[in-house]
Amino acid sequence: MASKLTRSNGVGWAFALPGFVLITTFIILPFFFAFWFSLTNQRLISPNPTEFIGLSNYERLLGLDVITLEPERDDTGKIVRDEDGEIQYPRVRTITRNPDFPEYKGMREWFRWQSGDNAKVVIASDVVFMKALVNTLTFVVFIVPLQGGGALLLALLINQRLRGINGFRTIYFMPVVISIVVISLLWRFIYDGNDGLLNNILAALTFGLFEPVDWLGNPDTALGSIIVMSAWQGVGLHMVIWLSGLQTISPTLYEVAAIEGASKWQTFRYVTWPGLRNTAILVLIVITMQAFALFAQIDVMTNGGPLDSTQTLVFQAVERGYGKQDISGGSAISVILFFMVLAISLVQRYLTRERS
Amino acid sequence: MAQVAVDNRGLRLFTRYLVLSLVALVFLFPLVFMVVSSLKPDNQLLADTGSLRAFMPVGDISLDNYFAAFDRAPIGRFMMNSVFVTVVTVVLSIAICSVAAFSFVFIDWNGRGTLLSIILATLIIPFETIAVPLLLVVSRMPWLGFEGIDWGWLNTYRVQIVPWIVDALTIFLFVQYFKDLPRELIEAARVEGASWFQVYRRVVMPLSGPVLATAAILKSLKMYNEQYLWPLIVVQDEAHRPIMVGLGYFFQLDVAWGELMAYLTLISVPVLAFYLFMQRAFIASIASTGVKG
Repeated sequence: MASKLTRSNGVGWAFALPGFVLITTFIILPFFFAFWFSLTNQRLISPNPTEFIGLSNYERLLGLDVITLEPERDDTGKIVRDEDGEIQYPRVRTITRNPDFPEYKGMREWFRWQSGDNAKVVIASDVVFMKALVNTLTFVVFIVPLQGGGALLLALLINQRLRGINGFRTIYFMPVVISIVVISLLWRFIYDGNDGLLNNILAALTFGLFEPVDWLGNPDTALGSIIVMSAWQGVGLHMVIWLSGLQTISPTLYEVAAIEGASKWQTFRYVTWPGLRNTAILVLIVITMQAFALFAQIDVMTNGGPLDSTQTLVFQAVERGYGKQDISGGSAISVILFFMVLAISLVQRYLTRERS
Repeated sequence: MAQVAVDNRGLRLFTRYLVLSLVALVFLFPLVFMVVSSLKPDNQLLADTGSLRAFMPVGDISLDNYFAAFDRAPIGRFMMNSVFVTVVTVVLSIAICSVAAFSFVFIDWNGRGTLLSIILATLIIPFETIAVPLLLVVSRMPWLGFEGIDWGWLNTYRVQIVPWIVDALTIFLFVQYFKDLPRELIEAARVEGASWFQVYRRVVMPLSGPVLATAAILKSLKMYNEQYLWPLIVVQDEAHRPIMVGLGYFFQLDVAWGELMAYLTLISVPVLAFYLFMQRAFIASIASTGVKG
């Protein structure tokens, strides 16, 4: 009886169809198009027909090699040094532009190090992409513990019975409901090298000893500044997730710990933390996925600079796909990004499966 | 002896509140600074950053920056665009996603498991990885209007609305919620001869207040606050530009900080007001995204 009442192929399909069509058109199809476009020379607008070009978009992005430069020697075979005693090497372009080495054509120096008298030079076909890749990974590696750990501390702080505690929770959560675009612009002022609030606060705290820093204008501090700001904005969100995890831990466990005379640290280590395992995985994954998508902060605050120190994968994908109308190049970066995100979620699946 | 114990407890309580308040300052100072600065002329604003006056509405206080901001950019237009896009997307999203979820949970039909799995699998595709191919898709997509077929969706409202209507998370939230509703109610309604649409409309929807609030809050924040990358690449004309992209007017060559702060305050205050007004619902709905994955 019941099955007959609830069974209806026609109505079932009809109800699900609008949603399914929209998700197919605007998420699933573009997703497969990304793979296809990345194997072609597709442009946003082009008079020429699109051609299949295989993996060359990827080769152009990922091409990487190490070359060894031998020191310049004078007629007697002695190594040439400049006034500071630094060994002089031939320029990298003598190799990358040399017709004898066609495999290095178009590659540029990424970084180098000294090995004996020789210099080892890492050359890449697309140095900006490589920097974007490394910056994105750096962003992920730093923001995950900073934001996840910070959020846990906040959750422990807010998880006490005190009058007015809800007011504090409301305040800590406030940046979450403000657009990251607004936050980024606001912090551009805070980080300003001349009149910035941060420099002034630090100067006041150190009685004027602190030397002002142009936080976003300096390649050494720009990415770090963006990491700190992003963590500041998002930490309240994950505080709430940690809090809901904390509330699933049975109070009897804490009572037992208290009776056993456990210290605060022991209680955290042996009661709280094991109870938070699944929450921890969740928080880490959510932050990681968001971190890989880093774009608005970069676009508003630094445009990838200074010296490409804040280039990111999404920023590069947009710059190529939209800025240069190179849909295929942007798609190739998107596909690479997708595989990185996929790898992370497979790790998550693995970690959560282990327990159940 | 007893006196000492009481003092200790008082001291402990005091330290707790002190820590909580210092942390609160960390989260509040940029926001207070934003609002206060929006009321000051630029020269005073810059001079004040050197002292605590940066956080105090003192000196030459006025709304001049707000008037100047309206002169600099068509703020009313941007605001209207954002609100329009947000409201239409939220309404359509709730309607289409809840109907689909209803079908997945309550109606028994061939292929529903497969279809739902496909939809949920898209949870792991970040929008940022499909933005570029989607740009090409929408630039060549047809639209049937009153004047016949129109090619290309760039610089329209629909390009900001249609791709955002359905997402796996919203469907997932509805599916999770519907699963916990008593099935007997639905079957009873069917026995009495109610059509499927009547069951949806008269039985399920009236019971769905919490999930409707969650879906609406999440989608509104997404559309109003977080829409930046997409409109940046598909909307070039002022007539359709949303509020976050409109910020571009304020950080060109000469940054007028006071006007910028006025604009930031103006576009953030409505959301903050909503949040403070219904903070429980806000926090609960955003926390529920944590369930995804």
